[in-house]
Amino acid sequence: MTATLSPVLDERFRAAAAAEGLLDVVYDVLPDTPVGALLVGVTDHGLCRISFDPDPELELEQLARLFGSRVLRVSRPLDRVRLELDEYFAGRRRRFEIEPDVRTLPVYNRRVLAELARVEYGHTTTYGTLAAQSGNPRAARAVGTVMHRNPVPIVLPCHRVVGANGKLTGYAGGLDRKEQLLRLEGANL
Amino acid sequence: MATAVPPFETFYEAHRAEVFRFLGRRLGRQQAEDAFQETFLRALRAYPRLEHGEHLRAWVLTIASRIVLDDVRRRRPQGELPELPVEDGRPAFEELAPLTEGLPPNQRAAVVLRYGYDLGYDEIGDALGSTEAAARQATSAGVRRIRSHTKEHR
Repeated sequence: MTATLSPVLDERFRAAAAAEGLLDVVYDVLPDTPVGALLVGVTDHGLCRISFDPDPELELEQLARLFGSRVLRVSRPLDRVRLELDEYFAGRRRRFEIEPDVRTLPVYNRRVLAELARVEYGHTTTYGTLAAQSGNPRAARAVGTVMHRNPVPIVLPCHRVVGANGKLTGYAGGLDRKEQLLRLEGANL
Repeated sequence: MATAVPPFETFYEAHRAEVFRFLGRRLGRQQAEDAFQETFLRALRAYPRLEHGEHLRAWVLTIASRIVLDDVRRRRPQGELPELPVEDGRPAFEELAPLTEGLPPNQRAAVVLRYGYDLGYDEIGDALGSTEAAARQATSAGVRRIRSHTKEHR
């Protein structure tokens, strides 16, 4: 007898794995958000990853290295993140409830991201300002690097950080997306 | 250098279809469904203790074989139980591990599946991705090696 694994059984195992608390990271891919496909990951401590144009193989390796090898795609545990992102993209949410999990980042990155989290919806700040708020006004370039390595863009709003001259400067997800997010929020560009 | 343990998703995707076919052949569809989930939950529990990513296919099929045995024993009426080397509840692999250390991986897996889990050579062939004949050969080569090794150390 040859038996084929049904999608129902596959999903049942995935759900059971999550329900038993056996996973280090649960992730899913949201295939069509207004900014394209997003891979979203959560740990017991919160949201640990949002990535644009995900290459799943690479992403999974990285997540496994950082958080542990038990990384599995399960849909249900991501419901809340999915909902908050949907609301954000629909213009109905200005602030995310879900906590970012930034435990694995260096202290300096966490300090800068904590300052970043205070930049309000629809507003922008500069790399220099953020550097000053994080303790060293001359560290604008270092702040740029921290933004580039932000594990949870959109939720930690690095798209709201622009150059001193008002230019958008750079974005891990591409400048088009940065502009798209700022327009969505009604920021002055 | 040993291969790194892959993310569980990668491991699961690579082996789920084969594990399910293996269980289906041994248990029939209905039982196979429960056994499938149990196999991968056990694999998931043990996963953080893996030290490298080699022979994961043989490893997960070994877990599946053990679940098949448990299932068969549960359903067989008392008195008909065959003498199995896993009766005391300790993982047979752990008991055999010290003896089989140093064997080439395929011989080691074959010996464990044969004497730890009482699988037939056809099933061992399945589990190792080879043939019944090759499984028989690997098992007896492994046993010969263990014998000569234990003699040396006596």
